[in-house]
Amino acid sequence: MKVNKIKNTNPKGEAACGLHCIKIKDISVKVGEQTIIDKVNLHIHCGKLTVIIGKNGAGKTTLIKAILGEVKHSGSIEFMDLKAKAMEKLKVGYVPQYVNIDKNAPMSVYDLFAGYISNTPIFFRKSKKLYEQIRESLSIFDAEDLIDKRACDLSGGELQRVLLSIAVTPVPNLLLLDEPVSGIDRNGRELFYKNIQMLKDNYDLAMIVVSHDFEFVREYADHVILLDKTILKEGSFQEVSKCQAYIREFGGGQDGYSI
Amino acid sequence: MDTLYDIMEKLLPFSWAHYNFMKNALLAILIITPLFGLIGTMVINNKMAFFSDALGHSAFTGIAVGAIFGIANTNLSMVLYATLFALLLNYIKRKRTLSTDTVISVFSSFSMAVGLMILSKGGKFSNYSSLLIGDILSVTLKEVGMLCIVLILTMIYWFLSFNKLNSVGVNISLARSKNIKTNIIEDSFSVLIAIIVMLSIRWVGILIINALLIIPAAASRNISANMREYHIFSIIISMFSGVVGLVLSYYLGTATGPTVVIIASLVFFITFLLGSYKSK
Repeated sequence: MKVNKIKNTNPKGEAACGLHCIKIKDISVKVGEQTIIDKVNLHIHCGKLTVIIGKNGAGKTTLIKAILGEVKHSGSIEFMDLKAKAMEKLKVGYVPQYVNIDKNAPMSVYDLFAGYISNTPIFFRKSKKLYEQIRESLSIFDAEDLIDKRACDLSGGELQRVLLSIAVTPVPNLLLLDEPVSGIDRNGRELFYKNIQMLKDNYDLAMIVVSHDFEFVREYADHVILLDKTILKEGSFQEVSKCQAYIREFGGGQDGYSI
Repeated sequence: MDTLYDIMEKLLPFSWAHYNFMKNALLAILIITPLFGLIGTMVINNKMAFFSDALGHSAFTGIAVGAIFGIANTNLSMVLYATLFALLLNYIKRKRTLSTDTVISVFSSFSMAVGLMILSKGGKFSNYSSLLIGDILSVTLKEVGMLCIVLILTMIYWFLSFNKLNSVGVNISLARSKNIKTNIIEDSFSVLIAIIVMLSIRWVGILIINALLIIPAAASRNISANMREYHIFSIIISMFSGVVGLVLSYYLGTATGPTVVIIASLVFFITFLLGSYKSK
């Protein structure tokens, strides 16, 4: 069969083809006797944004860490390329909720970034080529002017844009974001929404976001998961926000604005 | 070896340079201080100051355990013990049932108490009390050679693993998502600290070793904006304090370790003022 190759005109990346799928099967996490995540099943396609909501202690962060492979879990995660009909190794990108960078930490954004993509020790010398490459990656999220700033001097929103650029260099198959808008001001939030939409439009990746920001969930989520140890309800935000469990956790209100 | 001494005497036309023990001490300082300046940067970044302090305190226990098992070479028994101690602390830390500070505190106190109990049996503790302040003037040329090997190995490790080590310090989940073997990196760095601390503790002293590890890097942080400056200033401050402290202790007739720490602390205060002036 002949496949028509569409030339990619977007310099920033390859748009989602919808033909990559990630199957998360029966993920359970136990710590001692206590079950924190119980048999979670998820089916995600590239180009789709899945949002996990749930009360504190529902296991949202643990689920993210299980997918990252940081927390011991049962079950499996499969990554299929439906085009090539082959299993591939899943590349996961992660945007953390916080970073351990002290107030006067002598680490520029260049240092922080270079540490992840270069083998040349960052204390050794600054490479011009690498510097340009990092500037370009940062420019995807309008963060190129931050490159010489100290990472500890950045605002929450600025740091997040830097972390986003790090997470998508190289482009992963699945991008995980844990509570991305906590501690970010109004303007930062708008920019973040814009960036997420840009990622959806231009990149061949799937996203899972843990969020409490219902404005964001309503506007941008393709799929919403209400989690409390296991999936209580999933579907569009419309569907999830009408179910009993949702109303119990977050209160009623058709628009989901009640929180 | 005599040629080395001759060269040093020619280069250093001072009264203290006539003594071989001073020359040895100077050589040892010129190796230990850059070593400490180097790893101190990451001990601070990755918040391991308390950990390295606890390691230093476990030196007594290393000697005591070595004595029990009949290991004559105290260096070997100290390094072995500290390595096991470091790995055990990391293991417990990963279990995350207690806060790291608490874990380190309990284990280091217990371990030190065991060491002191064994060494003090029969009133013989005074044999070991010199370990508390250390004595760099007693270092031999052979031991300087050993420290030199440690410095070279550390530099190799630094070049190979620094970026990964830095990533682990920034955020462990992010490091894992970038396929960094975080446990191996954490463990290897802990073991490296254990080895360096144990092999230099005799010259530097249990009470002072952590100061030498932390202060130069801390001073460097006051005035650095990136990793390159951080490393260069840390090493320069460390070496400067070491050499000035050694010479000063000769003229003042004081113990070398504390004199070095005082110089380093003064540098810290100066850089602190410089740093806060600069940021205004």
